[in-house]
Amino acid sequence: MSITRRGILAVPALAALPAMAEAAAPVRIGCIEPLTGNAGSAGQSIKQGITLVLDIINTPHPDLAPLPLAATSGLPRLGGAKVEVIWADNQGSPAVGQSDALRLITQDHVVALCGAYQSSITLTASAVAERYGIPFVAGESVAANLTQRGYKWFFRTTPYGPDFGKLYLDFLAYVAATGLAVGKIAIVHENTDYGTSVAGSITEAAKARGRTIAQTISYNANGTDVSPQVLALKNGKPDVVIFVSYTSDSILYMKTFHTLGYRPPIVIGDDSGFSDPAFPKAVGNLAQGALNRSAFVPGKPDSITYKINALFKQETGRDLDDTTARAMQGFFVLCDAINRAGATAPDAIRAALAATDLPASRLMTGYKGVKFDSSGQNTLAYSLVIQLQGAAYVPVWPLAEATAKLALPFKGWT
Amino acid sequence: MILLQLAADGLLLGAVYALFSSGLTLIWGMMNVINFAHGDFVMLAMYVAFFAFTLLKIGPIFFVPLAAMALFGLGVLVYVALVRHVMRGPMLAQILSTFGLALFLRYAALWAFSANFVSLPDNLVGGVYQLGGIRLSASHLLAGGTALVLTLGMHLVLTRTDLGSRMLAVSEDRVAASLVGIRAERMQALAWGLGAAATGVAGGLIVLFFYVSPEVGNAFTLLAFVTVCLGGFGSVPGALIAGLLIGVIESFSAYWLGPATKDVVVFALFVVLLWVRPQGLLGRA
Repeated sequence: MSITRRGILAVPALAALPAMAEAAAPVRIGCIEPLTGNAGSAGQSIKQGITLVLDIINTPHPDLAPLPLAATSGLPRLGGAKVEVIWADNQGSPAVGQSDALRLITQDHVVALCGAYQSSITLTASAVAERYGIPFVAGESVAANLTQRGYKWFFRTTPYGPDFGKLYLDFLAYVAATGLAVGKIAIVHENTDYGTSVAGSITEAAKARGRTIAQTISYNANGTDVSPQVLALKNGKPDVVIFVSYTSDSILYMKTFHTLGYRPPIVIGDDSGFSDPAFPKAVGNLAQGALNRSAFVPGKPDSITYKINALFKQETGRDLDDTTARAMQGFFVLCDAINRAGATAPDAIRAALAATDLPASRLMTGYKGVKFDSSGQNTLAYSLVIQLQGAAYVPVWPLAEATAKLALPFKGWT
Repeated sequence: MILLQLAADGLLLGAVYALFSSGLTLIWGMMNVINFAHGDFVMLAMYVAFFAFTLLKIGPIFFVPLAAMALFGLGVLVYVALVRHVMRGPMLAQILSTFGLALFLRYAALWAFSANFVSLPDNLVGGVYQLGGIRLSASHLLAGGTALVLTLGMHLVLTRTDLGSRMLAVSEDRVAASLVGIRAERMQALAWGLGAAATGVAGGLIVLFFYVSPEVGNAFTLLAFVTVCLGGFGSVPGALIAGLLIGVIESFSAYWLGPATKDVVVFALFVVLLWVRPQGLLGRA
């Protein structure tokens, strides 16, 4: 049945080559994100970001020209075909994410998948894609194990666990040189794939430099109370507390810090929860001086990043956050590969993805480029250290990219 | 000192658990209807309080009663429009209808309020008190204290007033109660109203220190069920003791054994207790 239908479509397309731009069938990509559930606000933000990327790709944006596919309309090498996204809500559950992937591949016939925010869900959803031989691009999931499975169809543009472990330890070495104590490090992490694996990567990075982690606290992100954890920290008196947390729990931690009057000298939030737009809004006045990592900074007024941020702000009324920016970057890379493949056959897209070599100048994030190794990991991914000062995060380290001065110790509230 | 702090945190949180669970025990004990939307009632109450504060600029003295009244209305409405009808159907229909209601409320909230987390300003109820070495935030104290008083109040209304006796009579034997002139329908509507109003107060108090999102009810529904089972079906003092107990156990086990295991401890004790005393702590066999 499907063969006949394709045949019928192909004949007029060949017969009327000049009209092909009009006739090209849209390219469908499936995006699996937490549109509801306890990471719902992050998922909704990603959806707004990717919708903006769709607009940039599908309509001409000459002012964003260095970005792949921005200046043209649609995918030029596929006859100007428009890109379409089919959204699936993973509801924060690995099982739902898995069935989402299955449905998108078998019923919606998407040519590629992207997502799925929570590493534990990317794990199950990408396993389905691997089974069906459909490319999966993870723009925002960072658990190290995702690219350690020997998968052929899995690609990850974002920096991952080991990159962050290295970033934090480099940063702390810099802080130590300024005279602050950083000897005792505590890691507080949520207990699914994301938290466990990033905490593990940081611990390993520390071990590699002959340092140990003084305290590790693993917790369930759906809990109603975090005061026991904060008391345990207060008792342990670490110099540095690193949180690997989602949104609701990060908010609770900052509130509980305030209630229990606890101010660790250095607080680092590993992205996710601390980067959720809801975080500064809810507890910005209690988390002054919290450090975070980010691969996105708006930059100077004439830069591409600044323009994209302005477009995003126009739509949503807020600045682009790191997680959303990384998801958008992943989606750009995927669309660029489909265009270069010049076809929608999975093999062609996979080959184009594997051959990706984008320089930093053609990216919207601060990566040094996009180039995948054999495991599918982007080897040029990179982030900076940012700090919550006032209502927003500002880049503070490395100094070359800093726009504000690092202010330590952690102030919290006034 | 840390032990005292843990106990105090656990008790204050437990009192709030007790308050919203007492609403569930009222509905469950009176009508044998399991309300799966209970946590979502709490969520709606939190939104009522949140919007009352942000849009009408009124403080907790007004928004807590407002949330209670709004939820009382919702409780009665749910009874009249939904529960009264499905009560005639099989047990499964009752379970599924409140479950459907829960999903409806959750996704309606998602549609209306978006998935974003919001919260009230932290200094809405002044600062942090220090008693000895224990630090307690005013919002927790207010929430815990009010919850304790109201849960006891609800118990007194049920056991010491004419109205309470009538409600209990309906729960004992609906037909017999009707025969002596008690309007069973009205009493049951009232039970739903009061049960929902308890979540209204609880939501209005929880919002003082907790974030609000359409999914927040999830965290409370299961807790309410465990509290009610542990305390004994239909027993308000049972729910109170169970709520406090769960709050304290969670607090201590999270500190000593690690937060990831606190649910294991709570539920293990729960299973053991049901094994020894299936009717719950204060339930009737």
